Amino acid sequence: MVDILVTYGIPAAIIAAQSVFLLVCLLVFVAFILYADRKVWAAVGYRKGPNVVGPFGLLQSFADLAKFMFKELIIPAGANKGVFLIAPLLSTTLALSAWAVIPMADGVVISNVNVGILFIFAISSLEVYGIIMAGWASNSKYPFLGALRSAAQMVSYEVSMGFVIVCVLMTVGSLNLSDIVNSQAGGFWNWYFLPHFPMFVIFFISTLAESNRPPFDLPEAEAELVAGYAVEYSSSPYMMMFMAEYVAILSLCALTTILFLGGWHAPIDIAPLTWVPPFVWFWAKVIFLFFIFAVIKAIVPRYRYDQLMRLGWKVFLPISLFWVVATASFLVFTGTVPQ
Amino acid sequence: MVVAAIAFYIFAGIAVAAAFMVIAARNPVHSVLYLILTFFSAAGLFVLMGAEFLAMILLIVYVGAVAVLFLFVVMMLDVNFASLREGFLQYLPIGALVGFVLFLEMVMVIGTWVIAPETAHLAQSPIPPLGDVTNAEAIGRVMYTQYIYFFQAAGMVLLVAMIGAIVLTLRHREGVQRQSITAQVGRRAEDALEIRKVEPGQGISEL
Repeated sequence: MVDILVTYGIPAAIIAAQSVFLLVCLLVFVAFILYADRKVWAAVGYRKGPNVVGPFGLLQSFADLAKFMFKELIIPAGANKGVFLIAPLLSTTLALSAWAVIPMADGVVISNVNVGILFIFAISSLEVYGIIMAGWASNSKYPFLGALRSAAQMVSYEVSMGFVIVCVLMTVGSLNLSDIVNSQAGGFWNWYFLPHFPMFVIFFISTLAESNRPPFDLPEAEAELVAGYAVEYSSSPYMMMFMAEYVAILSLCALTTILFLGGWHAPIDIAPLTWVPPFVWFWAKVIFLFFIFAVIKAIVPRYRYDQLMRLGWKVFLPISLFWVVATASFLVFTGTVPQ
Repeated sequence: MVVAAIAFYIFAGIAVAAAFMVIAARNPVHSVLYLILTFFSAAGLFVLMGAEFLAMILLIVYVGAVAVLFLFVVMMLDVNFASLREGFLQYLPIGALVGFVLFLEMVMVIGTWVIAPETAHLAQSPIPPLGDVTNAEAIGRVMYTQYIYFFQAAGMVLLVAMIGAIVLTLRHREGVQRQSITAQVGRRAEDALEIRKVEPGQGISEL
């Protein structure tokens, strides 16, 4: 019995402590990311944005948190109660669990699994369930339409995202996220956004669509669908949906960083840049990508739904499919297949 | 191994219970959700066997894409659930027959393992052993060499099925206004606009 406790209990406790630590850090970070998003949006429109709670409004997200927590939770009479409440829980759990495999520096990862990239891809394809369950369980027209749009959108863009990932994986020769980052060491000319530049663009736009961000936020297009799948939600379930969305955005930014921007490596491998801890480089890149997300939200008008579908299936899919074949042929004919 | 056993019983228990609920649930949408839970638990079992690549593919393909479409269709259907239940006894013999055949097959597989224990390891030993290569590599080595024709044949079957589905549902309706993206993008200001200088009080005589 003591043996079992020593061999399994202690590692389990360490993993649990790591997970809780990561979770807390991530959620606090999301609070400030939300604030940053609103500030960027305001700055583009020559507004001030949140500036009342705390210095420069820094504590706005925490005030929002308190507001959401103390509001009354309303469950519509016609709603399917169980599914209605499970949906936000599922969204949040899935969004957070993707972070278990994301390496933030060499070895700084909770679970360094062999199929890390597939794990993240699987998790992000499961996230559609939170939305589709929320939309159906609300038993109301607008949430349902929003959920259907979202499901179609996420399934469509996953296809081209998958092909983009395949291109990078073929170049690396491994499904392990740490291996992918380490194969880009040495300087920014080794990062995959240069050789795979078209794929980088496609992947970035697909992440916008996958996370339901503007200009592809059709599931919650307020002009047509009030607030999409979240119409009937209030109080903390709504907050959880909202939080899940931002955590998912961050994990997609992290994935883009790992696949194309060299993860935790410094842009140039010389002295002053390598003094900066790898952890900081990783987050600097993630925050840079999020900044672009925020600016895009502020300046780009929303797509029309049929154009969104056309872009996914008729533009991105053929290009990425061609690029898969091109990458494979290049690797085989130049004899540079990684081993 | 104790932890692995506990994890196995948790995943297996959830899988069996959820599979039962798929047929027991009154609401078809709940059935699909339970089916997804079953897939998910099955993926957990794959991970326990050391087949993490298969587990993730199961999640991505079946849970992430196929089951979404199931859910999509079931949610859109306007079914009278009470009338669905009525034919239960009528379909019971066929269902029982299918169940019996499946049961017989399971007995044959497990019975073989019991009678000839040396066959059991044939089914569960990946070549080369998983310690040497990763999952994806082990599958890739046999799939694109030894089983390439089966792989291609499966691809062809899926392609034919896809084309068949498209042909069956495609219809060309007359009088529908369609959008031509190339025409829209190719349209220039010079083709569409003409700028004229209009004298006050005269208007434009010819167009």
